[in-house]
Amino acid sequence: MKNELCLSGSGLTKIFGIGRQRTVAVDHVDFQFYAGEIVSIVGESGSGKTTLAKMLLGLISTTEGEIFFQGKKRDISSQKKKQEYWKNIQAIFQDPYSSYNIFNKIDAVLLDCIRMRGGQSLPRARKMELMKEACSFVNLKFEELTNKYPFELSGGQMQRLMIARIFLLKPKILLADEPTSMIDACSRATILEMLLNLRKETGMTIIFITHDVGLAYFVSDSVYIMEHGKIVESGTADAVILNPTQAYTRRLISDVPKIYEEWDLSTV
Amino acid sequence: MSNVVLDVRELTTKYVTRFREDVYAVDHVSLKVEEGRSLGIAGESGCGKSTLALSLMGYYFAPLHYMSGEIIINGKSISGMKPDDVRKSILGTEIAYIPQAAMNALNPTRKIINFIEDVIQAHELYLSKKDIYDRAIKLFETLGLPADVLQKYPVELSGGMKQRTVIATSVLLLPKVLIADEPSSALDVTSQKMVIKMLKQAMENGLIDSMIFITHELPLLYNVTDDIMVMYAGQIVEKGTAKQTVFDPLHPYAKGLMGSIIVPEKGLRDVKLTAIPGVPPNLKNPPSGCRFAERCKYVIPECRVTSINLREVGEGRAYRCIFSEKELREAYQHEK
Repeated sequence: MKNELCLSGSGLTKIFGIGRQRTVAVDHVDFQFYAGEIVSIVGESGSGKTTLAKMLLGLISTTEGEIFFQGKKRDISSQKKKQEYWKNIQAIFQDPYSSYNIFNKIDAVLLDCIRMRGGQSLPRARKMELMKEACSFVNLKFEELTNKYPFELSGGQMQRLMIARIFLLKPKILLADEPTSMIDACSRATILEMLLNLRKETGMTIIFITHDVGLAYFVSDSVYIMEHGKIVESGTADAVILNPTQAYTRRLISDVPKIYEEWDLSTV
Repeated sequence: MSNVVLDVRELTTKYVTRFREDVYAVDHVSLKVEEGRSLGIAGESGCGKSTLALSLMGYYFAPLHYMSGEIIINGKSISGMKPDDVRKSILGTEIAYIPQAAMNALNPTRKIINFIEDVIQAHELYLSKKDIYDRAIKLFETLGLPADVLQKYPVELSGGMKQRTVIATSVLLLPKVLIADEPSSALDVTSQKMVIKMLKQAMENGLIDSMIFITHELPLLYNVTDDIMVMYAGQIVEKGTAKQTVFDPLHPYAKGLMGSIIVPEKGLRDVKLTAIPGVPPNLKNPPSGCRFAERCKYVIPECRVTSINLREVGEGRAYRCIFSEKELREAYQHEK
């Protein structure tokens, strides 16, 4: 049984430039993301994944089409309404090194999240407790992090701290834009496990953007395949990855190196 | 036995920090690469993979320093040569190196053909512009790259195409060994496949004799190379053919790495990912015993005190662990 609708869109379009420079980055895209689901958006470089993500976050305007949040039309016309919306949707970006304010210490990063949840008047001991809980959720030791700056951590640790932030903020939707493409395979396993735990603990909807079908297959319940700004195929992960109907999906799957099947190099 | 192209014996190199501390990032590494074969190096970030690649070139500059050991290419030892001689007579012609961000080597204000001219001039091969152009066209044809790329500026090319152009240029002078250090990790899966296809073509067409491929992506390594070597904290901990290392790893660290493999194949969705807890040790003062002891599941007190050598178990396989092959296999079996 599917849960209630969390985020959906119809005819979503983004066009950059005019005249000869006109580029249709996202072309009449429809989607339905249900609450508590992990959804992957898969496509190669330049297929419009990140543009779609930015529109969902409200970081760029849409050219055409509507986004519905919890059944109602999303309204981010003023800064105040935008901030209200951002309490419900948060993101983890590709590059952990550029995701932090370099002048803020790690405690400040986490305290900021508590403040955003309206916890500024909590007693200090309670704030500490919350921060410790968030750090232990991502296997970091809070005692080792206090008085450190984000750049003193490794890439994998930074990305984990990012998940600790999300754990504190508890948004309804988490948008993860290639969160594992800049870290090594070993930390990647940790991050993916943590995303799965996060969903289990908080029932969050996670939108996972990647170019690697393997990762999408591993984490998600349903998969959307994007090609040149259009969604060409969608469905449950098993249906899309094991029985693809589109040539483009088949190509994406064949491009990932495998260990049990032979990797055919003649297709590119 | 076929011809050994690259023979490295007990190579040790160190970094010197600004506080004059020594960090032994490559510690007594020995390896052999035969003609027509490729060797893969696996390991997580900070294990010394890239430092090994830099050390293998014999071209040392601060903070990396040569300590001991020997590098022999086609019977000629290059360790102890002056950096300038190495650059002129070894790099490009004997060993070529592709870093992760190879595409950044391109000059944004000059065309690709000018870049290739520069490479040839730097090696003092006095060729006319026409000859250079013919040679470049021939090379691009062999590697399946479009010839019109030569007359373009780097900004006109996609990331994958830039990467392939630089790789093509690095095999222009027919090096014996090509060291590829994560050449595809900044690219998407489709461009990655094109890069791999090109590297394989270069091997098949005899542009390079052998290849060393470095990555943390195990499924990729399994598909690209014949042999795999796993590094941990500057040492080799496991050596074997690709099949042996991926499907039947002996060292607990190698076993742990295999737990992070994700592939889109049937039945692999419900696999439990097992990440290795902790981080690699600080090599300023490495642990006296086994360097993996801190993070190992099977650790016993002796691990922390006795230093362990690489154990040969026949057919070129080797691993560095206190336990015997049989004990390790039993432990893994028991876990299942």
